[in-house]
Amino acid sequence: YIVTIRVKPDHSGVVTDGVKHSMNPFCEIAVEEAVKLKEKKFIKEVVAVSCGPTQVTETIRTALAMGCDRGIHVEVSGKDYEAMGPLQIAKIFAALAKKEEASLVILGKQAIDDDCNQTGQMTAALLDWPQGTFASEVTIDGEKVKVVREIDGGLETIKISMPAVLTADLRLNTPRYATLPNIMKAKKKKIANMKPADLGVDMVSRVEVLRVDEPPTRLAGVKVETVDDLVAKLKANGTI
Amino acid sequence: LHRGILELRQGPSALGLCVSGCRSLSSLAELPEMHQMMRQTCRDYADRELGPIAGKLDKEHLFPAQQVRELGAMGVMAVEVPEALGGAGMDYLAYSLAVEEISRGCGSTGCVVSVNNSLYIGPILKFGTQKQKEQWITPFTTGEKVGCFALSEPGNGSDAGAASTLARQEGEEWVLNGTKAWITNSWDASATVIFATTDKSLKHKGISAFLVPMPHPGLSLGKKEDKLGIRATSTANLILEDCRIPLGNMLGSRGSGFKIAMQTLDSGRIGIASQALGIAQAALDCAADYAHKRTAFGAPIGKLQAVQFKLADMAVAVESARLLTWKAAMLKDAKKPFTKEAAMAKLAASEAATFCGHQSIQVLGGMGYVTDMPAERHYRDARITEIYEGTSEIQRLVIAGQLLKEYAS
Repeated sequence: YIVTIRVKPDHSGVVTDGVKHSMNPFCEIAVEEAVKLKEKKFIKEVVAVSCGPTQVTETIRTALAMGCDRGIHVEVSGKDYEAMGPLQIAKIFAALAKKEEASLVILGKQAIDDDCNQTGQMTAALLDWPQGTFASEVTIDGEKVKVVREIDGGLETIKISMPAVLTADLRLNTPRYATLPNIMKAKKKKIANMKPADLGVDMVSRVEVLRVDEPPTRLAGVKVETVDDLVAKLKANGTI
Repeated sequence: LHRGILELRQGPSALGLCVSGCRSLSSLAELPEMHQMMRQTCRDYADRELGPIAGKLDKEHLFPAQQVRELGAMGVMAVEVPEALGGAGMDYLAYSLAVEEISRGCGSTGCVVSVNNSLYIGPILKFGTQKQKEQWITPFTTGEKVGCFALSEPGNGSDAGAASTLARQEGEEWVLNGTKAWITNSWDASATVIFATTDKSLKHKGISAFLVPMPHPGLSLGKKEDKLGIRATSTANLILEDCRIPLGNMLGSRGSGFKIAMQTLDSGRIGIASQALGIAQAALDCAADYAHKRTAFGAPIGKLQAVQFKLADMAVAVESARLLTWKAAMLKDAKKPFTKEAAMAKLAASEAATFCGHQSIQVLGGMGYVTDMPAERHYRDARITEIYEGTSEIQRLVIAGQLLKEYAS
């Protein structure tokens, strides 16, 4: 079901308690792309990473069931989790990318709960790596990656050197369903556990959420008879 | 474009964490993690790939061949089959969850999954030789081929011991003659497990089981039955006229056919119970959703007690049948006797399905009677679950028989 989002009574955020969470759709596409690259033998190992409370291990296991080799759970909970935003996550990913000596960091272009669209870009900047964002096609060519990006004007093709950061857009691929045998295999794959402090990352937010409100209730419209009436009304309420 | 990621938790059957691998009854409250993942992947598949086409499959009597192949690729067509033979290597509880979720999307597809797993692969897995398993199970794990189970005849359904289909030996072959009735998957199957009398004087101890490829000389299909529900599955007679098969095609030992059939149906009951649960849940989902949206007397009809009582009764019927089904599956997985529990599960789940199908239409009112809403399809799909793989009346006999045995001094 699609759930109705409710604002918390203290207007500090939205209610997430008791609401089932699952993998962000763009992250599913990112996982699928990584697994496909491994199947085509361009990469050796896929590590699935998630930051958050204990429940995120479920999501990591789904990634393992889709074909990732191992997982890392960076434990963030309580107030730190509520305040966690793209910058903190980007710092964690940057630290892990260096630690794991990754050639590629593949993320979803944005999370559909906050629609920030920042984590991939920030991660690349912190690492000083090239970035291929909004990818709708990824091809590895030796030490370079050709990325077709979906941009406002159409499609842009760039070639970047590895190591690089990629973010997945909707049309990059269609994620596979976890098969039953892979779910069984996922049971044996390892998920390492660590805290942001282990990576030398400070989780202090530079952003303070002042207030969260529901969008204003949509008011009924007004019917007009002619275009002149319409223009007059739009002028009267200051729209034009 | 974007799929909603936040989903309402659904009561005790909700996904939550549990110590994985626990097989005790306390895990009836929360499933082990692997089972939850498996349930979720089946639910995702059913929601995205089956739900949108179920109405069309029903209306046009279309066998879901592509979906069956996709389910095969996921391992759903051979859940309990060991990986070495091409299956998913999971347990019966996982199988029950898979069938329920698939049936929730499409009752017919759930039936195909259940028949292939429990009725066709089931007996071969249990009673077949290694060679028979490789020949008759492995090609049927991928979804490319499905099997069927031929026990009922025009002259006997519940009276399974009176099989009038005959098998006589002629040299290195068995020759089969007779007619089987109501065979699910018949027009889409590539093989069948079929029961015939090899020694008439031994009555039900003279029945044997055979494996017959389809198509095959001497085996022809009757007309496709025009059914009330599960219309995407084909149901027809199997007509055997001097149908010749090698001696090696006997399944199990001579005269053990009745035992094989009964044991197969015991497990099959858990599959049908699961299918019924899926249909019941779909009917409940439809009614509850409608109760939120439809307004009458100035408010959503979910505010009316008459509607609330119906929804509550439906939910209790489904949840209690579900727990009975899980218990039967877990007993089977623990290699404990489960005949009584499987019969109880099938009885409870099928009656829950017909009850929920009926009440769901009632909640929807006129909208429930038209094909614009799925309620009428759930009502029609549910009905067969009280009949096949042992009628509700037979289930009551099985339960009473087991019960009285327990009390005998």
